[in-house]
Amino acid sequence: MPPRIDPPLALLAELTHRCPLSCPYCSNPVDLERRAGELTEAEWRRVLAEAAALGVLQVHFSGGEPMARPELSALIGAANDHGLYSNLITSGTLGGEREINAFAAAGLKHVQLSFQDFVPANNDRIAGLAGAHDKKTRFAAAVRAAGLPLTLNMVVHRQNLGGVPQMIDMALALGARRIEIAHVQYYAWALANRDALLPSRRQLDEATRIVDAARARLKGILAIDYVVPDYHGVRPKSCMNGWGRQFLNITPSGKAVPCHAAEGLPGIAFPSVRNGTLADIWYRSDAFNRFRGTDWMAEPCRSCDRREIDWGGCRCQAFLLAGDAGRADPVCALSPDHFVVETALQQAESAPDTLVYRHYSRG
Amino acid sequence: MERLEVSATSVLRLAPHIVFRFDDTRQRWIMMAPERLMLPDEQAVEILQLVDGKTGVGAIIDALATRYTQAPRELIATDVTAMLQDLADKGCLADASAH
Repeated sequence: MPPRIDPPLALLAELTHRCPLSCPYCSNPVDLERRAGELTEAEWRRVLAEAAALGVLQVHFSGGEPMARPELSALIGAANDHGLYSNLITSGTLGGEREINAFAAAGLKHVQLSFQDFVPANNDRIAGLAGAHDKKTRFAAAVRAAGLPLTLNMVVHRQNLGGVPQMIDMALALGARRIEIAHVQYYAWALANRDALLPSRRQLDEATRIVDAARARLKGILAIDYVVPDYHGVRPKSCMNGWGRQFLNITPSGKAVPCHAAEGLPGIAFPSVRNGTLADIWYRSDAFNRFRGTDWMAEPCRSCDRREIDWGGCRCQAFLLAGDAGRADPVCALSPDHFVVETALQQAESAPDTLVYRHYSRG
Repeated sequence: MERLEVSATSVLRLAPHIVFRFDDTRQRWIMMAPERLMLPDEQAVEILQLVDGKTGVGAIIDALATRYTQAPRELIATDVTAMLQDLADKGCLADASAH
């Protein structure tokens, strides 16, 4: 039986891949989109209008660095006019008080600001940008001065994981009400750097213990969202809460994908908003129907009592680690490919910390 | 920054940037907060509609006790306070008595 298709809840608008940072775990694809291929402001306005009509409730302006697009303020205003709840996901390294005030006036509801570490030198080393920590700190102050709620986004891995307590202190000092402590997920650039980023089980357990204690201590003061690295898990994450169930992502050039990593899956023609409406894409495209529901599943997912809890885990991870997006996510201990994950964990234990920073390919 | 403790004497309002509205697509009330979407049930919707920055929590409990005469007021008081405390801890409510 084909699955019932509910309208999407959230849209990730990747306005550009351009970014002053070059983090080695960037979630953008390895083949970065150039400026010339980006959607125009008019095209984004159409996407926002169609998204609201389709039932989308929240829009996340992201990138790359979305503040690299001078139209951002106008697009926030357009989203707000359509009743969309808008969130800015930024590195905080382009612009400051003037821009934030314009965004607040346009109706922005929330800012997620990334830091790469609490120690300025290590922050700037991982971001690949001198002076980044200082810029981010000033940006945070501007966000709070504009009266906007602030979330700190901390991506953690073995080269900064020991600083979790100080990251939480930094969030409090900067006036954030929420901090996301998210372990690197191993796709795209992060997969290329996996050996240098994967924490050991012992490091992970220590960080988890600290987070649990801080959550209890800071209840009602600072919310802590914690994303564990699924390589150490027993069951896969419910990736995007299921393919094409709640979420869609529009890439800088207008491709619609069910998650920001899916563009790399072979054999799927992801539709473009340049050639069709968002409603057609969501309800009727082959790409969004490909892994919807449970009919596509093979064993061990097909008969698993968690098939509608984790939806088979992540399709991208199945492709990247097992060579087939239709297989079970190999991080699941029940997957016949699970040994690949165990090998990766062992390999990382003795690997050096050398990082490859994201960059545009030649040509 | 201190935790907002909800009691019968509290006067609450929605925190800035919290949106509580009816969604035409889904034909139900929704509440949106940073990185969070909540789908309040019928009873929660009734309570949230009374959170207006003027009505105290005690008066909200009274209003519901008048509507639902079959439930003991104490039980309503416990449920309402717990629900509002949970929303306060999620950063969705602010203290309106101070203003």
